[in-house]
Amino acid sequence: MRTHEQTTDEILDLAAAQFKVPRESLSPDDDFFKKLGINSLQALSLLTRLEQHFNVELPDYELQGVTDFRTLAERIQTRL
Amino acid sequence: MHSYKGNAISWELVDGVIELALHREPCNEMGTLFLSELERLTAALPSFEESAHALIIYSRLACGFSAGGDLRELYQGIRTTEEKTALEGIRDFHQRIHRAMNALDATSLTTLACVHGIVFGGGFELALTCDMIIADKTARFCFPELRLGIIPGFGGIPRLKRDLGNAVVRDLLLTGRSFNVTKAQQIGLVSQVVAEGAALRAARATAAQLAKFDRRTAAAAKKFIKPIPYEELQQEIDIVCDLYARPTVQAALRKFVESTDAQPYLP
Repeated sequence: MRTHEQTTDEILDLAAAQFKVPRESLSPDDDFFKKLGINSLQALSLLTRLEQHFNVELPDYELQGVTDFRTLAERIQTRL
Repeated sequence: MHSYKGNAISWELVDGVIELALHREPCNEMGTLFLSELERLTAALPSFEESAHALIIYSRLACGFSAGGDLRELYQGIRTTEEKTALEGIRDFHQRIHRAMNALDATSLTTLACVHGIVFGGGFELALTCDMIIADKTARFCFPELRLGIIPGFGGIPRLKRDLGNAVVRDLLLTGRSFNVTKAQQIGLVSQVVAEGAALRAARATAAQLAKFDRRTAAAAKKFIKPIPYEELQQEIDIVCDLYARPTVQAALRKFVESTDAQPYLP
C-alpha cells in the first residue's frame, strides 16, 4: 500500500513528464492549473493518466474544487 | 467526390476506405461550419457504396476527437437573435445534424470511430453512430450536457441505449462524469484499446480485414444488428428544443462561454 507521500510524489512525477516541466519545480501544495499552465481539458488528460497509473477510477466530480497536488493525492488515496 | 478539403473536416478515399479527418481548432467543436461540411460527406455516401467498404473517422488535433457542440456559436446565436428566431434556428440545426448522423449510422459501409483524448458531448455522439469505436489510452468520454441544463441533442441517448442499455445511460447522463478507456472497454463501448497515438493504424488494419468479406453480406449483417431508433431520435430533438427555451439554459450557456474559470468542463 502506498503512503500518501508516495502517491503525491508519483503524481508530481507524472505531471512533470506529461506537461514537460522540471520535476524539481513542482511541490505538493502547488496549484496545478497555475503551475502547469493547463486548462480543465488538459487536467482531464492528467486524470486519465493518473487513473491508469494507479489503476483506479476517479469520477471527475470528486475533483471539483481540487487545485493542488496534495489534495489530488488524497482523493486518489481513497480509491487505492 | 473522392476527396474534399474543408475548414472543419476533410476526407479522402484510399484503397476502398474513406478517411474522414476532423481538424477544426480548438477541439473540433461542432457548429454550422462543421455541419455543412459533414452534410457534403453524407450526401456523397451513396456514391461511395460501390467504391468503398469502410469509413474511418478520426481527429488530427492533439486535444482529442471532439469537445462536442460549438457552445460559443450557439450562445452568440441566442444572444444576438430574437428568441423565437433563435429557437427555430436551434431546431433546424438539430434536425439537420440528426439527418447527417442518421446517414452515417445507416450507411452500408462499415464505420470505425478512431478516438483519442477528449470525446465529449457531440463528439461522443458522432462516435456512437459508428459500428466500432477504436480508442487509444488517452481517450476520455463524457456527456456533460446536464451541466448546461440540457440533454445530449445529436442522437447520443438513443444510440448509447441501443448499444449499452439504460443503466449505463443513466449513470453517464445523470452524473455528467467523464470516464476513461478502461471503463469504456469494460462496459462494451470500445472494441479495441491501443497505445497512445496508435488508433488510426489499428483502424486501418481493421478496415483492411473488412475488405476480405462480401460487402452485401456485411451490409445485411449491419442492418440486422444495428437498428436505428428513429422514433426516440425524433423525441430527443423535441425534448432538447423545449429545454433550450428555458432561461436557465441560456444563463448556463452564458456562464460557460464567459467563464474564466480553469475548470468549466468539470461538473
